[in-house]
Amino acid sequence: MRAGITAAVLAALLPLAAAGQNAPEAPGTTQPSPPLIRGPAVPLPPVPPPERLVSGLSQDQVAITATFTGSEILIYGAIRRDQPPPAVPPGIIVTVEGPSQAVTVRRKARVGGIWVNTQGVRIGAAPDFYVVASSAPLKEMLDPAEDVRHRISPPLAIRALSGGLDVEDTTPFTEALLRLRTESGRYRVDEGAVRVLEDTLFRADVRLPSNLVEGDYRARIFLLREGRVIDSDTVPIRVQKVGLERWLYRLAIHQPFWYGLMSLALAMVAGLIASAAFRALRRG
Amino acid sequence: MQIFLPIAEVSVNAFTLVALGGIVGLMSGLFGVGGGFLITPLLFFIGIPPAIAVATGANQVVASSFSGVLAHLRRKTVDIRMGLVLLAGGIAGSALGVGVFNLLQRVGQVELVVQLSYVVFLGLIGLTMLRESLGALIASRSAAPPRRRLHEHSWVHRLPWKMKFRASGLYISVIPPLLVGLAVGVLAAVMGVGGGFIMVPAMIYLLGMPTKVVIGTSLFQIAAVSAFTTLMHAVSSNTVDIMLAVLLIVGGVVGAQIGTHWGARLRAEQLRVLLALLVLAVCGRLALDLVLRPDDIFSLAAG
Repeated sequence: MRAGITAAVLAALLPLAAAGQNAPEAPGTTQPSPPLIRGPAVPLPPVPPPERLVSGLSQDQVAITATFTGSEILIYGAIRRDQPPPAVPPGIIVTVEGPSQAVTVRRKARVGGIWVNTQGVRIGAAPDFYVVASSAPLKEMLDPAEDVRHRISPPLAIRALSGGLDVEDTTPFTEALLRLRTESGRYRVDEGAVRVLEDTLFRADVRLPSNLVEGDYRARIFLLREGRVIDSDTVPIRVQKVGLERWLYRLAIHQPFWYGLMSLALAMVAGLIASAAFRALRRG
Repeated sequence: MQIFLPIAEVSVNAFTLVALGGIVGLMSGLFGVGGGFLITPLLFFIGIPPAIAVATGANQVVASSFSGVLAHLRRKTVDIRMGLVLLAGGIAGSALGVGVFNLLQRVGQVELVVQLSYVVFLGLIGLTMLRESLGALIASRSAAPPRRRLHEHSWVHRLPWKMKFRASGLYISVIPPLLVGLAVGVLAAVMGVGGGFIMVPAMIYLLGMPTKVVIGTSLFQIAAVSAFTTLMHAVSSNTVDIMLAVLLIVGGVVGAQIGTHWGARLRAEQLRVLLALLVLAVCGRLALDLVLRPDDIFSLAAG
């Protein structure tokens, strides 16, 4: 729904919309007329978008240590352009997503007075973590069709990856997944969290929670004009355990028997020490 | 102080975990129960994934019950022979129970079966213990201590393969203790607990063991079965979080020693009334969860 668009934005966009179709996403296709009124028409067939993204990350690795309590990643960049910027400020959307995993959503119903899981839907893959940060409310800056094409808002990020559904109506289940993950802070939409300076520089501070899973994360950055994505960029982020955390994790996975024995030995030694200490205390 | 757990992959407050371990250790020393039926739900509550809570809970139970066993061994209140017979049944039962658990997990009903088992077993045991121990308490107050027979003779004593259990003053068939061990092993694996809250009453009322040796012997069996379970979980599903276990253990071993110390001062009937009330409280809470409309009828499970 674009009903909520402010009159000012509409007025500013009108002449541009009338000028013709916008820059298509595919790089090979030509552009009938550039969206900028002031800019001269470029005759060459492979037309680069008039504005391009240059982006970077404060860190492309997140190390999970024993005292890890979450982390903050700064995603920054600039918009490169040959002409002076248009009057309307650009829109920037940043998404950060974690590795996808299969998840089963189960629904309870009352059977004979008690609540029992009766139905379940297995969603083939849903990101474990997903954040969307934007420079303005999504409804105002993002065209629904573009949202679908680039899978930007959280519901689309899930459906993009869902597979193997066998219940007639899966909507309540996918909605429940979204709601539960949003409540637990795993999915988040931060409208206005991307700050744009002088219509050129932008930065987004994305907070990563403490309960991160290890794996390959990625950040996507979208540059928008008139609701359409005119350029995008993808940057990988590696999240991994380090030090003692990494050593224990590796041992538990690759040498489970010895890891198990180590856990038991630790438990028994602790029991012995406590027993001896208390006897000493009581005597003393 | 926040600490990140390597296997559970969550960050939690270290002091909360030490305190949780301490409470559960206290129960262990006082009543001879491993405390698994308390630690497992408490870990769920602070956000530890259920599979890791169950497996790590078992590891914690090893520490607190081992510490308790040492204290009881010193006071010679462990019937090692009986413990070994129970253990033989327990390990067979645990292996069987793990199979049942995996089956239930595949059909998505594990939570329901676990809760129902808790409600049924805790309810039955709690009520039986409360009635019996209150009766004993009243009787001991109103009149001179009644002349108590060593134990009642029932069908249990007519079975073959009799064995002498000197520490318990019993001469009974090995079949009942083997079956008790087996049943506790199955329930322990399915419910993710040590099984002491079932075994203690079974030893008192079914086998007729004196309360004095029941707690030490129960702890002996729990320590061994939990060790077996911990190893099974570590090997089959990598769900033991050693960092989480260490924090729980630090609190647990201290709690167990304090509990054993207090337990020696309280009277057996009083201890049993307290344990009965605790068992009924946990039972009531779980029953409510099953009957009341849940906060959210949807739930997520990995895989």
